[in-house]
Amino acid sequence: MPFARQICLVFVAALVFSAWPSGLVAGENPAKVDFARDIRPLLSDNCFACHGPDSKKRKADLRLDTREGAFADLDGTTAIVHGKPNDSELVSRIITDDEDDLMPPPDSGKKLDDSQKALLQRWIAEGAQYDLHWAYKPITRPMPPSVKRGSFVINDIDRFVLATMRAKGYEPAREVDRRTLIRRLSFDLTGLPPTWEQVQSFVGDSSLHAFEKLVDRLLASPHYGERMAAFWLDLVRYADTMGYHSDNEQTKPLYREYVINAFNNNLPFDRFTREQLAGDLLPDRTRQQLIASGYNRLNMTTREGGSQPKEYIAIYLGDRVRNVSAVWMATTLNCTECHDHKFDPFSMRDYYSLGSFFADLEETPVGPQKYTPLPTRAQQAAVDELKKKLPVLEAMLNTQTPALDDALAKWETAQVKWTGLEPSGALSENGTELTIREDHSVLGSGTLPDTDTYTVTLKGAPAGTRAFRIEALPDDSLPKKGPGRAGNGNFVITEAIVKAGEKTIPLRNATASFEQTLANENNPYKKWSAASAIDGDAKGASFGWSVLPKVGVAQRLIFEAAEALEGAGELTFILKQAHGTQHTLGRFKIFATDHAGKVTADSAVLSKKIGDILAIPLAKRSDGQKKKIAAHYRAFAPELADTRKDLADLKLRIKELEKAFPTSLVSVRLAKPRTVRILPRGNWQDDSGPEMQPAVPAHLKRGDFKGRASRGELADWLVSRENPLTARVMVNRLWAMCFGRGLATPLDDFGSQGTPPTHPELLDWLAADFMDHDWDIKRTMKLLITSGAYRQSSTTDAETLAADPFNKWLARQGRWRLDAEMVRDNALAVSGLLANPIGGASVKPYQPVGYWKHLNFPKRKWTHDSGVSQYRRGLYTFWCRTFLHPSMLAFDAPSREGCVAQRTRSNTPQQALVLLNDPTYVEASRVFAERILQHGGDTDRERLAWAFERALCRKPSDGERDILLRLVGERAGYFAAHAGAAKAAATVGEWTVAKSLKPERVAAWAAVSRAILNLYETTSRF
Amino acid sequence: MNPEQFATGLNRRSFLNNVSLGVGSLALTSMLGPSGLAKPGKLSSFGVINPLHFAPRAKRVIHLCMAGGPSHLETLDYKPKLAEMNGKGMPRSITDGQPIAQLQGNKELKCLGPQHEFKTFGQSGQSISSALPHIGGIADEICIIRSMTTQQINHDPAHTFMNTGALISGLPSMGSWINYGLGSEGSELPGFVVLTSVGGAQDQPIASRQWHSGFLPSRFQGVHFHSTGDPVLYISNPKGVDSKGQGAVIDAVNSINKLRNKTVADPEIATRISQYEMAFRMQTSVPELIDTSKEPEHVFDLYGAKPGDGSFASNCMLARRLAERGTRFIQLYHRGWDHHGGVKNGVLTTAKHIDKASAALIKDLKDRGMLDDTLIIWGGEFGRTPMAQGSGRDHHIKGFSFWLAGGGIKGGISYGNTDDFGYNAVQDVVNVHDFHATMLHLLGVDHEKFTFKFQGLDFRLSGVEEAHVLKKLIA
Repeated sequence: MPFARQICLVFVAALVFSAWPSGLVAGENPAKVDFARDIRPLLSDNCFACHGPDSKKRKADLRLDTREGAFADLDGTTAIVHGKPNDSELVSRIITDDEDDLMPPPDSGKKLDDSQKALLQRWIAEGAQYDLHWAYKPITRPMPPSVKRGSFVINDIDRFVLATMRAKGYEPAREVDRRTLIRRLSFDLTGLPPTWEQVQSFVGDSSLHAFEKLVDRLLASPHYGERMAAFWLDLVRYADTMGYHSDNEQTKPLYREYVINAFNNNLPFDRFTREQLAGDLLPDRTRQQLIASGYNRLNMTTREGGSQPKEYIAIYLGDRVRNVSAVWMATTLNCTECHDHKFDPFSMRDYYSLGSFFADLEETPVGPQKYTPLPTRAQQAAVDELKKKLPVLEAMLNTQTPALDDALAKWETAQVKWTGLEPSGALSENGTELTIREDHSVLGSGTLPDTDTYTVTLKGAPAGTRAFRIEALPDDSLPKKGPGRAGNGNFVITEAIVKAGEKTIPLRNATASFEQTLANENNPYKKWSAASAIDGDAKGASFGWSVLPKVGVAQRLIFEAAEALEGAGELTFILKQAHGTQHTLGRFKIFATDHAGKVTADSAVLSKKIGDILAIPLAKRSDGQKKKIAAHYRAFAPELADTRKDLADLKLRIKELEKAFPTSLVSVRLAKPRTVRILPRGNWQDDSGPEMQPAVPAHLKRGDFKGRASRGELADWLVSRENPLTARVMVNRLWAMCFGRGLATPLDDFGSQGTPPTHPELLDWLAADFMDHDWDIKRTMKLLITSGAYRQSSTTDAETLAADPFNKWLARQGRWRLDAEMVRDNALAVSGLLANPIGGASVKPYQPVGYWKHLNFPKRKWTHDSGVSQYRRGLYTFWCRTFLHPSMLAFDAPSREGCVAQRTRSNTPQQALVLLNDPTYVEASRVFAERILQHGGDTDRERLAWAFERALCRKPSDGERDILLRLVGERAGYFAAHAGAAKAAATVGEWTVAKSLKPERVAAWAAVSRAILNLYETTSRF
Repeated sequence: MNPEQFATGLNRRSFLNNVSLGVGSLALTSMLGPSGLAKPGKLSSFGVINPLHFAPRAKRVIHLCMAGGPSHLETLDYKPKLAEMNGKGMPRSITDGQPIAQLQGNKELKCLGPQHEFKTFGQSGQSISSALPHIGGIADEICIIRSMTTQQINHDPAHTFMNTGALISGLPSMGSWINYGLGSEGSELPGFVVLTSVGGAQDQPIASRQWHSGFLPSRFQGVHFHSTGDPVLYISNPKGVDSKGQGAVIDAVNSINKLRNKTVADPEIATRISQYEMAFRMQTSVPELIDTSKEPEHVFDLYGAKPGDGSFASNCMLARRLAERGTRFIQLYHRGWDHHGGVKNGVLTTAKHIDKASAALIKDLKDRGMLDDTLIIWGGEFGRTPMAQGSGRDHHIKGFSFWLAGGGIKGGISYGNTDDFGYNAVQDVVNVHDFHATMLHLLGVDHEKFTFKFQGLDFRLSGVEEAHVLKKLIA
């Protein structure tokens, strides 16, 4: 049943305030209805939720977003019949009085008013022409309309602007005065105010090209790149921290610097796009292009324990899809993660296939991301030079010489050769099950007595045995892997007794690989020492050798027999373990040696491999065995000590140099891309969806890729001539930078729920011009700025203001409060504090103590920078996503968690508190006051004029002057009487205090400079 | 209202201020929209929803956010079957294929019985943990929801979901929505205030995005009050500047701004002037708010607070003072519920921080006749597993507990249930969108009609899926 009444629960609009587009007010003499401008937005807002692109939510099989759908015969009824409103079911449904039949359904919250209903009927009567949504139409280059030339028309932009303006019944505003113009232009192009000298020079330049010269100078300024970077970093969500949970530092200043330089060097936008999306894949890619590919790594990431890697892989994919579609296409694909788009022709397939382009990026789903070292050419050269020396030294260490042969022979005779003894029996006094293993070690298991004594009989001691070694061994069956059986892996050998037959062998010189340092005050009384194990329990029966905290590894106890043993008979080892609390030995093996010299735990214990070779008489060793022994010796041969040290030093120097390499997060390609599937309803645990290959949105694609497409091909497609979105999106944003609002709004939605452009032909003309001229951003900026439209005054008469409050028709310039960074930069520039290096690491200006106290893992403290770094542009402020600097936040700087194309411009008491009380602004006022007193002239009137010129590029009016003279007079009186307050106010901040000035004067004038820095005009662009 | 209009700062009040400045005729109808000028009567508000969609039951909200994820099994949801199963394997039929946090990769999941006894409290006989005796004491005032569910299993995203109803960042928090929709009753304090307490046993980070206004104008974001330093950032005068000096500077600024506006007629300037006046008033009203020296001893005793200790108890008292002064949405964060280990003692410790003060807030508001129109919400971003993680419990999203009180809520009842293990909410399941819809309903707002257009979509707090007002909870 067509048009079945359906409950529509999604996207219910209640407060639709916006004025009807394009002057289609009832009663106005109508031009032909334009589908893209007039009808599609109406259908989109009221109908598409149930009769649009989303196949799952589509009601009654009716689709109104395509021509085919709207004209289809559905069981005998047709929604739209060409030229025949009265035969069109759509019309009868929108005008019916029957609530059950009415569309949109009353409970959807949507309602068509009479003029909208009339419009739809007129459109059908005129032939119901369907057309592509404006943003998806190919970009053509319209002819600029011919207009009656006046002084307003400077370039082709003005023809479009003036034609539309006049059609709407407006006339251009007057040309703005030069002081306002240079201030406006300086902020728009560099984000900084002009100096007073620049103002004077421009005002005094009577040449024909004065303005163009100014524009060229500002476009060539290195600060142009900084200003443009601030715009771009909002779009691509650049920040210095990860974003989720612990929000640890994840800074990438090299990427920021790349962006600044790209704008300053006027890198064409198509190349800028390719380098960011696929710089790592470009042939012969440069270091800069690799840094640029860091764009793909700007998404938020997590380290939160308990996060599922698979879920975060899906989250990062979504983050990238949202960003690339918002930045280049002004398209919101958020909803297509779970269902087809309600209003625009995008599907879930588009979402996941777009995400699939990024499936080749190496990243850590949960945990710290891996940084890539990015040495400069000089740094790389220095390291390469050092590395050349490595093989020389290594060759020296690998070459056996006759001298080394001699030394080796001497060394060999000095080695202790241990013989592993073979246990023939192992008994426990208290029930431990002792097992003799094939490797001749003994393992304790089963019953776990508090104390025990093991009696082990052993064969195989060499004749003339002089020392013994008890090797306490780790084993997986033991707590903490042993060697002990106590819960902490420890044991205590309280006494070791060795017997040959009935005779007890006197023991001496006990040493151990490690003696316990925990408990009993780090063992000062040697209660846990090796000696304590053969002292006849002199320190007490419960003390002996133990090893906490170094459990889990082998430890050895070595002691000598007071006299060499005669025969090689059977020996008995009695190991007492009387400490208690289950501190018994878990696994051990016993060795003996006939070595003539002193034997201690420090004597090298040879590995089995080397020991076995040494056991073979020299004459019988193979060449291979000889080489192995020689290499073993060279590794510590005293004769090679200097060479080894040289090599170690060289390696250390290389390591240090490499450590100093700048790093960044960049794109690193996986050999095998991750599999991307459509996640049903966005559920990352559901693997039932089809696998997706990289592809661009189906309705925009113009042919297929060969094989698996790469990020490079995505970039190529974005900046291809056929792509209808990218150029329009970019020029629209550049326009908004110069006029305060886009030709199409909002800047981040070119879909059918956005507003169609006010000047569609101008937008297309600019987009075509942009592409025709090699995506040249500076060229477009210059076109915009040198237009007559740009040079208008932002002030207009009350009538125009009332009729067009948002300046859609451009009968004046825009005016607005400066962006957060510019508010800061301006105060620092006016006061003379601004430090101007370009690029570099992020900086930390003053921030209230404790503002970061809710950050954890680890706890963090903001320590503000001193010196130059304290006074840098807002662009470089350390961007903490979860706790952005509160001054920046107050002035609407975004947290950079997602793409922001247009910041809100709020007007709040918090902004007042920041400008009045943030130490940055208070210090700027104090330093500005000092400069006023030092350079501002001899009278208060002169000083005020000087201050106004610096802050506002103009002189004060009489009224303004009187207000501030009163303020300085009143404050001077106060501070004269309050020396303490004067001193506090005159020394605020870290900047050097001008000692030659009296504190009470600085304090009084700081009140004036604070007032000036707080003025709306100071923080705004007119 | 569309974002462009809001971004300009032309709200109704600042707009009306412009009348005196001569630009009052500026597109009056398009500014004020179909609802026109504020109408007198109980349906009027100070925000964009004017009149309200229906008679409100609550005028304000106090959200006691128990951050970290309190174990429902030791606080509000007793499970005898789980006690029986203590130490035994958790049935795999329940846990297989379910999202899991730190217990990922564990071979066998074992049940951990409730670590605290439960008692019946009040005439209603509500079952509440013996660890929360004071909350037990207000059992007849509260409605316990035992069937909450959420979608995010890690702290940060789960808080975001609880506050914004969405998984991606950049959407407004519920406090901002309400501040935007209803405005603030007071003119000297912000409409949305966030208080974080010290002394929590653990310190899971809390991001400021939890009180961000997202795509709503930033003046609707939560103002975070700090327990150390300036209570509100930058509220103190600079060194060497007394109140008179500050006033003199602000007077000069406003006077010059007025002169400027005569030339350029910019509504933003008028707004700026009123914001400077507001800022100056805040410099007095905030210290006055924070100064509890005039609160009688018995009130301190009631909450268990000490002046200036920054504790949850002090913040509860501050929340009452904010409520009295017209703040619309007050959100308290107390961190200390993330009991992966030692849930028994952990719950006891954290309960000591919050139990008495939570109950005191209800009693104090009741004494002052404010409980009827103040909605209190108590709960965390998720609950905890019936399965043991050593001696503790892991994060859990399929069933956990909240309690609500005041502002039109039926006291002394419980709503919904989990299964015998306390794992899945099985009866009257509540999701976060339902919770938001119900909160808005109590405030007189139809959640389906309360939308904001952003990036071409009509966003709403209660999300795009169907959400239900929990009418059974409403008195």
